[in-house]
Amino acid sequence: MGIKRFPWLSRALAVLRKDLQLEFRTRYAYSALVMFALTTLSTISFSLGGSMADTDVAAALLWMILFFSAMTGLARTFIQEEEAGTVLALKMAADPEPVFLGKYLFNTVLLFSLTVLIVPLYLLMSNLSVANVRGFLATVLLGVLGLAGAGTILAAIAARAAAKGSVMTVLSFPILLPLLISAISATSTAFAGGLPESMMTDLGLLFFYNGIVLAASFLLFEYVWNE
Amino acid sequence: MDNRIEVRGLSKAYHGRRLFTDINISVPDRSVFAVRGPNGSGKTTFLLILCGLIPATSGQVDLVLEGRSLTAAERRRQLGLVSTDLYLYDDLSAVENLEFFSAVRGLPFTLARARELLEFVGLQGRGRDYLGTFSSGMKQRLKYACALWHKPHVLILDEPTSHMDEKGAALVEKVIRGQRARGMVLMATNSPEELRYGDQTLSLA
Repeated sequence: MGIKRFPWLSRALAVLRKDLQLEFRTRYAYSALVMFALTTLSTISFSLGGSMADTDVAAALLWMILFFSAMTGLARTFIQEEEAGTVLALKMAADPEPVFLGKYLFNTVLLFSLTVLIVPLYLLMSNLSVANVRGFLATVLLGVLGLAGAGTILAAIAARAAAKGSVMTVLSFPILLPLLISAISATSTAFAGGLPESMMTDLGLLFFYNGIVLAASFLLFEYVWNE
Repeated sequence: MDNRIEVRGLSKAYHGRRLFTDINISVPDRSVFAVRGPNGSGKTTFLLILCGLIPATSGQVDLVLEGRSLTAAERRRQLGLVSTDLYLYDDLSAVENLEFFSAVRGLPFTLARARELLEFVGLQGRGRDYLGTFSSGMKQRLKYACALWHKPHVLILDEPTSHMDEKGAALVEKVIRGQRARGMVLMATNSPEELRYGDQTLSLA
């Protein structure tokens, strides 16, 4: 039983496995993500002299690194299929839903693998300590899931446009703004050790943001994919 | 058994330029339908509309199997497409490509079947090689293996022998003969060699 009871899931896992295989062999997306993140991280760290006094600024800079890295790498998932011409074969063989789910899972894996590398480095290089570790981890988890979810549907839309990079950037601003505001606020609270109640509000917003983005993406993706 | 493709009033225009207008055809089971026409006449577009990959400006396409008209998603599952516009994954091996397309169709994969199909298309012994190392003719052969994997009722071929050598052309003939025995073939071509397979031919201007 298990996976066979969820045909979408097994097909989505096939898409995930294929994308991971291709990524391990080519490293198109991961190289772009890591290099962008490391360059930004080093620039910030050297310019601030290795210490960060303001927790609001520290939280904003951390999410800026993750946001711009995500936009650099996540767009590749669909653009690569369009540029290589494989999208036609994929459309003939797969239903839209498993494709979206597989790409979302791939972007989640990609972004988490970047996060576990970048976040500890950022904390170390900025000489930051986290007062509320559990709250911080929950914020990073929900924030990264939100970035991956919104990044996946935006990448699918951008892949169909002529000016792919610009469309991704322009669309991501209004869609990701609520996520970034909540994530920055919760991260700042976690750094400063503020009241758990205020953090819970931000975490609740992040949780619902993820739900809404995923639901809307599943509804929208079929039209984006088939148009 | 009532199996057929019905096309009614099909028209396609791009940016105000009409490619074709009001096409009405009926393709019965166990037959080959050929589309011919000069470059830019809309042969490939016609086939892609039948696949449901691009929308028609007007008109309707129906695949009727056992008397029932299939939905667009059901129809796609009954189609196999070989086209020069269709690419497989260069950074996967031939077997990995077959395994992936089998998995996303929700079909079981066995190495024995992969080997059988690779042998059928003349790629025996090349299953573990990445597609990126294949010639364009070999890639075309693998497209046939992928298109036949799920035993589609309708095989759609766009320039069937494109990039193929003499042995490849013989393979295409074998594929068309086999498919005609169990379903339908729709193909776009201008080659007299390929047009002779057609039971019906549509000429696009």
